[in-house]
Amino acid sequence: MEIIFFYLVALIVVISGILVVRCQSPVNSALALVNTFFCLAIYYVMLRAPFMAAVQIMVYAGAIMVLILFVIMLLNLGTEAKKRYTQGIVWSSLASLLLLVNVVYFLKRGQVTDSVGDITAYTVQSFGHTELIGKALFTEFLLPFEIASILLLVAIVGAVVLAKKDV
Amino acid sequence: MISVYHYMSVAAILFALGTFGVLTRRNAIVVFMCIELMLNSVNLTFIALSSHLQNMDGQVFVLFVMTVAAAEAAVGLALMIAFYRNRESIDVDQINMLKW
Repeated sequence: MEIIFFYLVALIVVISGILVVRCQSPVNSALALVNTFFCLAIYYVMLRAPFMAAVQIMVYAGAIMVLILFVIMLLNLGTEAKKRYTQGIVWSSLASLLLLVNVVYFLKRGQVTDSVGDITAYTVQSFGHTELIGKALFTEFLLPFEIASILLLVAIVGAVVLAKKDV
Repeated sequence: MISVYHYMSVAAILFALGTFGVLTRRNAIVVFMCIELMLNSVNLTFIALSSHLQNMDGQVFVLFVMTVAAAEAAVGLALMIAFYRNRESIDVDQINMLKW
């Protein structure tokens, strides 16, 4: 039963991925991308990571997509930009197919090790996923966490400076 | 039973699709969205392996990837607005002012 659901979501995620790549209008691409994000959030729930699913929906499907849609609205591209919207289909499809074959080859060849950690389904259920993530984030990964906050500050300042009319 | 290979195969397909979009599309915003698609496929790989290995590190890494993606969205879209002011288009073929 679960595997049927998995394949159904996989079908939806691949179809919306193709729509992101192939849709003529950027707005349609953005809506297909939202669909992809939601399907990936479903996968995160199936992988026992509900906090990551919530963050995926809030940050990606919420914040980043709103930003992208706002910029599409602000730029208001004309119709002549929509006529020629792709280039180099043949070589690009060859390159990405090569990439896919390469990845699948290494997936077939490689061997995933057995589980090494102690975060089982039972601990996730008894402690809660958010608490486990928080513990890891604020003890083991404290320095990267602070660096990420500095990165966000730099991004805010950079965005303001870049988007201003005259610097 | 769903194995980790299933999730990684889906992630591989999504990554290849994102690469295809980055290489073919001319609109810079759509190129940007395809980059987000590739980042998301990597996130799926991280979480699948993290859940398989029963280890939290991969999911913390996904949080950092999301942080970087948010920062990239802010700066990249500001860059596109600045470019649109100069050239009245965001065609990636015309972004060649630093080329020669």
